[in-house]
Amino acid sequence: MSTTLKAYAVRLFPQVAALAVILLMVSIAFPGFFKLEMQNGRLYGSLIDILNRGAPVALLAIGMTVVIATKGIDLSVGAVMAICGAVAAAAITSGHSLAMTLLITLGTGILCGLWNGILVAVLDIQPIIATLVLMVAGRGIAQLITEGAILTFNDAGLIFIGSGALFGLPMPVVIWLAFGLLVALLVRRTALGMLIEALGVNRRASMLSGVSTGVLLIAAYVLSGLCAALAGIIAAADIRGADANNAGLWLELDAILAVVVGGTSLLGGRFSIAASLIGALIIQSVNTGILLSGFPPEFNLIIKAAIIVLILVIQSPRAQSAFVFLSRARAPVKKTAGEAK
Amino acid sequence: MQASTSILSATAIDKIFPGARALDGVDFSLQRGEVHALLGENGAGKSTLVKCLTGAYRRDGGRILLDGADVDPQSTLEAQNLGIGTVYQEVNLLPNLTVAENLFLGRQPKRFGFIDSREMNRRAKALLAEYDLDIDVTAELAAYSVAVQQVIAIARAVDLSGKVLILDEPTASLDAHEVAMLFRIVRRLKERGLGIIFITHFLEQVYDISDRITVLRNGKLVGTRATADLPRRDLIAMMLGRELVQEVAAEHGAKGEGGEVRFRFRNFGRKGHIQAFDLDVRRGEVVGVAGLLGSGRTETAEIMFGAERADSGTAEADGRALDLSSPRSAIREKFGFCPEDRKVDGIIGDLSVRENIALALQARRGWARPISRSEQDRLADEYIRALDIRTSDREKPIKLLSGGNQQKAILARWLATNPDFLILDEPTRGIDVGAHAEIIRLIESLCEKGMSLIVISSELEELVAYSSRVIVLRDRAHVAELVGNQVTTDGIVEAIAASAGRVDA
Amino acid sequence: MKFKIALASATILAASMFSTASAADLTIGFSQIGSESGWRAAETTLTKQQAEKRGIDLKFADAQQKQENQIKALRSFIAQDVDAILIAPVVATGWDEVLQEAKDAEIPVILLDRTVDASKDLYLTAVTSDLVHEGNVAGKWLVDTVAGKPCNVVELQGTTGSSPAIDRKKGFEEALAGKDNLKIIRSQTGDFTRTKGKEVMESFLKAEDGGKNICALYAHNDDMAVGAIQAIKEAGLKPGTDILVVSIDAVPDIFQAMAAGEANATVELTPNMAGPALDALDAFLKDGKEPPKWIQTESKLYTQADDPQKVYEEKKGLGY
Repeated sequence: MSTTLKAYAVRLFPQVAALAVILLMVSIAFPGFFKLEMQNGRLYGSLIDILNRGAPVALLAIGMTVVIATKGIDLSVGAVMAICGAVAAAAITSGHSLAMTLLITLGTGILCGLWNGILVAVLDIQPIIATLVLMVAGRGIAQLITEGAILTFNDAGLIFIGSGALFGLPMPVVIWLAFGLLVALLVRRTALGMLIEALGVNRRASMLSGVSTGVLLIAAYVLSGLCAALAGIIAAADIRGADANNAGLWLELDAILAVVVGGTSLLGGRFSIAASLIGALIIQSVNTGILLSGFPPEFNLIIKAAIIVLILVIQSPRAQSAFVFLSRARAPVKKTAGEAK
Repeated sequence: MQASTSILSATAIDKIFPGARALDGVDFSLQRGEVHALLGENGAGKSTLVKCLTGAYRRDGGRILLDGADVDPQSTLEAQNLGIGTVYQEVNLLPNLTVAENLFLGRQPKRFGFIDSREMNRRAKALLAEYDLDIDVTAELAAYSVAVQQVIAIARAVDLSGKVLILDEPTASLDAHEVAMLFRIVRRLKERGLGIIFITHFLEQVYDISDRITVLRNGKLVGTRATADLPRRDLIAMMLGRELVQEVAAEHGAKGEGGEVRFRFRNFGRKGHIQAFDLDVRRGEVVGVAGLLGSGRTETAEIMFGAERADSGTAEADGRALDLSSPRSAIREKFGFCPEDRKVDGIIGDLSVRENIALALQARRGWARPISRSEQDRLADEYIRALDIRTSDREKPIKLLSGGNQQKAILARWLATNPDFLILDEPTRGIDVGAHAEIIRLIESLCEKGMSLIVISSELEELVAYSSRVIVLRDRAHVAELVGNQVTTDGIVEAIAASAGRVDA
Repeated sequence: MKFKIALASATILAASMFSTASAADLTIGFSQIGSESGWRAAETTLTKQQAEKRGIDLKFADAQQKQENQIKALRSFIAQDVDAILIAPVVATGWDEVLQEAKDAEIPVILLDRTVDASKDLYLTAVTSDLVHEGNVAGKWLVDTVAGKPCNVVELQGTTGSSPAIDRKKGFEEALAGKDNLKIIRSQTGDFTRTKGKEVMESFLKAEDGGKNICALYAHNDDMAVGAIQAIKEAGLKPGTDILVVSIDAVPDIFQAMAAGEANATVELTPNMAGPALDALDAFLKDGKEPPKWIQTESKLYTQADDPQKVYEEKKGLGY
């Protein structure tokens, strides 16, 4: 057990280190950054903001990690967020109970995932194209539901999901932590993780070994759809309205970035949900850090891009082997020139 | 005088990988106008040595002299410019470009700054004429057979480099006729004074073409000998580091023939894939499948395993109907299948040896019933020991293992599911002599335990050694079944040839 | 002169009360950009209402955000020989050819809400709001309201680089110029969305001593203000009281917030661009009165004193 723990520590080290460095940088730019206080029975502070604002991308990253592990990609999650937010708002305003609303909304997310999964697994369409369909159409569907306007609601229960608190933490934080833990346990305590990784590395060989590749592929996209539904509910509940035009806009790219920063290869195979979640937090820390630092908004995207490039460079295989080379060069070992290859 | 000196000489080459010493002070020299075979088991260091010579790897020690001058190629391109060209087993050309474009890629003849296609095609035609190859150079490379592509690759390499030509398993996917054509070309190049390094697993070919042989084992030089002075037995001893296991003696009639029929296929087939066939397999019996490439060997395996669904006929085991509609259901019926193309259909490259071994068993148990980590460890260790899979540890990604060890790991994957019926498609292709013998021994021990096996192989001696019966295929149909003392290499060759005249079986 | 004005106003009155013979004969084509926002939907609704009120036969074409669709719609209007064309152009360039075709067919074209980069004689007039003026109205309201007391302002900008963001910022800053008691202490983009408005406001509150340092919020649109109001509430402060909230657009939701005392003022970007446009057209067709090339719509200021609940009810049905 301790060896597996050690393996986890080694796997997560680059992400944790990057997060720590960014948090440190933000705290230099904004001294009150680490301040936490209890207010109205919940924790309050910039760190909590990062956890809270990072919720949609964190949730999307959970599903995206599994999809990417199957050598796929899901471009539709942002649009599915918009659809599900719209469905939730429409359901609650037309008088359905909270439970029913959640059921309908999560069901919608699952349906969207099923659509993607069938296109990829059954019709064998390339994932990037298959999910592009819903990415383009999804926002239109959401607009049809909201009739182009922001569909607002005042249901206390639904609003609680966006801005309530449980155990002193904002609900969105509780949801993504719990869901992330649930999925991580599901894939690692069962054989799902290994079967998904096998599928992602070599689909045909996995199929010939008896892995139900079709079912697994569909399940991965369904999970992604479910994650997008949760994220959509949170995004809508947060602003008490479904904004079909802007909800989840470009978040599919942030989710993919979170997975990549988390060190899961876009070529499929080995994945780590914990690392992707840390990746999502890294991205949100950069966003929140920029807002707190008070730079003019024209610099936002440049700063964000620069930091991300830096993280990706540090994590790149070549940089890693250069570190190994440097650390060995300092140690008294002869000839290591060949190791950097 | 010049001709007798070495064109290429490498002394005391070292190459260290993390955790392993791949080359340890290896010396190697190549004469002008010589074909020099480089032999050794997989993992012996042949590829590493070649990669050091061609600049694909940086060596960690030693000297390389080309024409008496020190060279230190940093890349294959640099080695190419120095005069060292390489042709690999998997042709490293671009299938979607034309033959001429492949030959002159990166150095196309130009006219007014534009590529002069007419001149390029003319020169390509002339170049290939030297190799007695008269083909349409404006057609896409992919339109030609692997053998022709191989020749084109050689033509390009020689035209670019012209001093040393390295052929890395060029004959692995060629038939006898094509090999003869290739060897004619090699001999002609030799006469032109090129030094040729030839890597292969086929010992007959080594004796057919090479002048000298260098054997490596475990990263060390075992020795260099003139081919004429080295009996085959001694060569194998050099490669294995031990006296060859006794020549497999064929003892037909003893194995499984008396056993009861366990698996019965009737009118089993799939249109356009393999003509319907009848087949009985006894408990503890090895049924060999022989035929030329494209005769329907792999197709037979695929429909038996459900990789392609049969559209006619029935399959039963001990009188009970079998569901072979998909690999998944075949596995549930205790079938196993080691496919021919290990890299594409077999290994899960990035996953560990442990996971690769546990995969089929895990898939059969279903995702909800995981094999515990300790159980996986035990399983992996057990098979790594039992099959002598050479790996530094069970967590190593399987893609880093040599071909023979990958094959053994895939065998282990199926043995872990404790199958009743195992299909092996070319189990010994592309693996070294030592592993080869081990896999044959393994096949024999498996059928002694009562397992039924179907083995597809193009190595007829091998088939003869372990099969009690041999099914002969031609044009996607089963055309003959050899039993008892009909099972000889001559018998099989005759059956393939004889059936050529028959329309239907 | 007096008579003429009386006549004109009588005509307008008549036009709005009941259909006059001249208007009833009119057929007008309207090429709308699409329905990307609530405001756009309201503009479509109001244009249809205005046409109906005047007995005009309105031919409506939704371009779904594509210029080629708008050009096609314009050509089809020209082919049908309509009496006039209203267009809300999706982009500023590339209109010369089709506008020339309309001019050749002697069909007057009126631009709604946005202008184009084309020769001014290719269209009759453009009816738009003045973005700088809107920011200015919001700024003046804030200057008057704080009445010389010191006040730190935070600003939620629109999408960086967009003309509403640039102009509304400029107008607001002009209104504050020379007023040393008012200071913009933080300014960041909220991309015109509620989500970003809320997120950015949260960071403003953290950065400014839990919000105690902030006296007023200026948001470039109401949506960001609505998001920011939630952030202020969640931080334990009272929006509208602890932090003044002024924004632009006057969408229905901000009136609800105003009715609840959580927002203080909004400047209307009227979706009724068609009203002034049709008035000008009527005058032009009847009396040949050439309107000015730019008709500026009113940027009306609404505060809590304007019965926000009633305005909300009125606006709700417009499709916002």
